[in-house]
Amino acid sequence: MTETPNPVAFTPERLAKVKEVITRYPEGRQKSALLPVLHIAQEQWGWVSSEVMDYVAEILSIEPVEVYEVASFYTMYHLDPVGKHVIEYCRTGPCCLMGGEEIYDYLKQKLGIQAGETTADGLFTIKEVECLAACGWGPVFQIREQFYMNLTRERVDEIIEELSK
Amino acid sequence: MEEVKPQLIKITFDGIEVEVEPGTTIMQAARKIAEADESQGHLVPPAMCYYKPLPTSGGKCRACLVRVAAGSAKDPRPMPKLVPSCITQVQEGMIVENTTNPSVLDTRKSIVEFLLINHPLDCPVCDQAGECHLQDFSFEHGSVKTRYEEDRRTFDKIDIGPFVQLHMTRCILCYRCVYTADQITDKRVHGVMNRGDASEISTYIEKAIDNDFSGNVIDVCPVGALTDKTYRFKSRVWFSKPEDAHCDCDKCSGKVTLWYRGDEVIRVTARKNIWGEVNEFICNKCRFERKKTSDWVIEGPTKVKRSSVISANKYRKDLIAKPDFSLRLAASQFKPIDDEREYTTDIETVRHQSIENNDKANHRSLLTDNRN
Amino acid sequence: MATKILTEHINVPGIETFEVYRKQGGYAAVEKAIKTMSSEEVVEEAKKSGIRGRGGAGFPMGMKWGFLAKPEGVPRYLVCNADESEPGTFKDHHLMKSIPHLLIEGMIVSSYALGANKSFIYVRGELMYVIRILEKAIEEAKVNGFLGKNILGSGYDLELVVQSGGGAYICGEETALLESLEGKRGNPRNKPPFPAVKGLYQSPTVVNNVESIANMPWVINHGGDAYAAIGIGRSTGTKLISASGHIQKPGVYEIELGLGVDEFLNSDEYCGGIRKGHYLKALVAGGSSVPILPAHLITKTAAGEDRLMSYESLSDGGFATGTMMGSGGFIVFDETACIVRNTWNFSRFYHHESCGQCSPCREGTGWMEKVLHRIEHGHGSLHDIDLLVDVAKKIEGNTICPLGDAAAWPIASAIRHFREEFEWHINSPKEATQPGAVFMGAVLA
Repeated sequence: MTETPNPVAFTPERLAKVKEVITRYPEGRQKSALLPVLHIAQEQWGWVSSEVMDYVAEILSIEPVEVYEVASFYTMYHLDPVGKHVIEYCRTGPCCLMGGEEIYDYLKQKLGIQAGETTADGLFTIKEVECLAACGWGPVFQIREQFYMNLTRERVDEIIEELSK
Repeated sequence: MEEVKPQLIKITFDGIEVEVEPGTTIMQAARKIAEADESQGHLVPPAMCYYKPLPTSGGKCRACLVRVAAGSAKDPRPMPKLVPSCITQVQEGMIVENTTNPSVLDTRKSIVEFLLINHPLDCPVCDQAGECHLQDFSFEHGSVKTRYEEDRRTFDKIDIGPFVQLHMTRCILCYRCVYTADQITDKRVHGVMNRGDASEISTYIEKAIDNDFSGNVIDVCPVGALTDKTYRFKSRVWFSKPEDAHCDCDKCSGKVTLWYRGDEVIRVTARKNIWGEVNEFICNKCRFERKKTSDWVIEGPTKVKRSSVISANKYRKDLIAKPDFSLRLAASQFKPIDDEREYTTDIETVRHQSIENNDKANHRSLLTDNRN
Repeated sequence: MATKILTEHINVPGIETFEVYRKQGGYAAVEKAIKTMSSEEVVEEAKKSGIRGRGGAGFPMGMKWGFLAKPEGVPRYLVCNADESEPGTFKDHHLMKSIPHLLIEGMIVSSYALGANKSFIYVRGELMYVIRILEKAIEEAKVNGFLGKNILGSGYDLELVVQSGGGAYICGEETALLESLEGKRGNPRNKPPFPAVKGLYQSPTVVNNVESIANMPWVINHGGDAYAAIGIGRSTGTKLISASGHIQKPGVYEIELGLGVDEFLNSDEYCGGIRKGHYLKALVAGGSSVPILPAHLITKTAAGEDRLMSYESLSDGGFATGTMMGSGGFIVFDETACIVRNTWNFSRFYHHESCGQCSPCREGTGWMEKVLHRIEHGHGSLHDIDLLVDVAKKIEGNTICPLGDAAAWPIASAIRHFREEFEWHINSPKEATQPGAVFMGAVLA
């Protein structure tokens, strides 16, 4: 859980990436880059603080409130500090049919936290999400870009152990 | 010879024909009928989010849904769904049903219900009561009883600047204040955060709306979500008396309505048309700072609808008094009560009967078998 | 052997690379279209194919293309809807990660047909790894002259941009998707104007699903008539079905439309039947939004005819005894599934995903979820069942976008077909809310 440094600034590589993203859209439509740029910001800081959003607004020449409106609408952006690994657990019907709820209970019990909470060591945050479009391979959770599918208790043990190293 | 295209479009709204310019919405066509004949005022669909001075408003609250029984003379098929009259443009030969269609009224009743399930119903302590569009809407189209048993969502009150208070719990998310801010400034600082039923009007990080015209968000708010802090709890609106006035202002037109209690100006607002829409936005100086009669040139009493609670016991009582003929009519139709049922005094029985009657009235629609 | 249009080469090792894809005949459609056909001819083939939008609504794609306004001097856009989020649907995910070049090729010929010089693929943000796969594929196509300036020396330019979403089911609705692509909240727009007239950046725009576009290379190579010859009646071609739930072999299958539901469900080529020792209780045939069907209406229609995997046959009987093809999310429930719990789960989904713009959906979805939560957790009353039906009815058809309908239908249909189970939950709350409870002889999970 890191506080955003002051002043906020992208790393040179990320700034270059952001600039490239902005060129993808027609002249004057740089606001289109907002969602991708927020993803890049979250990649760097782990979450998007209001300082980060103000910074993004400045880069895209839009008002800060336009960033707040968008960041708070979409579920992928963490508006509060989170743990190192955010476990985004699918709670939707098809996964539940495959025993998703039982595995979810097991995961919460194993980590000793509820949805929205972070473990004391700052390693894991559990976040409930809706369908991840992997219903045939449920139960499913996602950590960053990685999908973990066909979960069982044993598989959960392995994953947590691996990530705790 | 090629026929000259007609300049005006003719449509039928609730059986009344009206001619309007191309590009007019159904709502504006209905308002045109009512503006020509005041007695048809009840035909106009209610508007909770639509606000004519704000071009991008409308289409959200669904209060004004109407049925289009015929799309146009060329294609007279009915539209498959009810349409929002505030943003649907008329076509030549269109036939629209509003108060003449039971399904429209039934839907409208449910829109009231949806808007109220999370509304605090705190009218007794709300500054907007008496000039609240949601109050009028519920009174005219809603039911007496709620079917909602769950907890209502609540928010903390926040101050956005020295003059405006946001009481989000009362908000119906019409977006009018957002569009107003968009229109009067390039630097909007408030907007809609979060989504679904957790959406809220907010500045995200508590920030004052710092703009010379920011006070107008109070006037456009249909409910008591945005209120004037200089007027808070000063008076119920029906105890105050509105007067039109103007001043020389370098920022705005200076045309306002002053609200008096006795000799004291307790509030200044923009002037509104008969649909409750602001004619011209006014500046914060006029609204919040010019509160002495000497600041203004008084034009005379504001015209208030007789049906409005604001007019109660103020203007021309003689006009409100019942004319003779209605008294004679009442006398001719009067007959003594001939009900011979036993007079019940048992309070439990009375209560029970009352609940039963209410249930019947409210849940008639539920009796239809939904298994088919 | 059934024709495979999309998945023929999906298991070829290395098919995600340009080289292997090209070796399997890839990008031939781009060559054929750009070198030998006019854009109108490509549109004509799409019309002839009779292909219907694969995202859920089933609107004929060629006709949608035909509506595109073409004012002088205004750019036109093609946007691919890859925001697949409908519970039970994972076909686009599977297709894009396995054979990305098929979508790229489809995008090139479709963009050419519509005269678009900049096209977007809007992928849900959760599939960031798929976005990277697509971006790599685009880079390869560009290097090989199939994208960028002056494609194959034809003078036609096309730039393809992959856009990431931020986590919102509603952005699968085409106008919400366009708003999101403009960097705004995913609030659906009021229609009209339709995107074909005023879409992305207020310019004429076509929005098509991944699977629809991925069919185009085959349509160009073999002709629209050949495509229309596959399938049954107005359900032409093949369809990807995402099969999940209590079956032996969950996964994505490509079927020829018109295949029997019974065969799809029970043959070893597809789902392989219900998992061992259990029996069929219910089916959601087209993603969570479509009406749920009870066992006796799945393989046969109410009239006793065989139910087929086609737009028409699945909707046979209307909402009373039928359902919809939807997005092809085939969710199978055996007797252990609790319909009330599942309905509550779906209603929570729609509550969570409502954008909050219009009042019936914003307030109604939350209300329905709360009532269902109450019933599922043993605090319901019989009156609540009628209340749910009434609230669903009041949302349906009265909202800005179809999310309201999508929230209402699963609830209305679950009550229509499984009312006894709702009543049992209410009348015997203690048993009904326990795992292992027995309802009509079946042990619920």
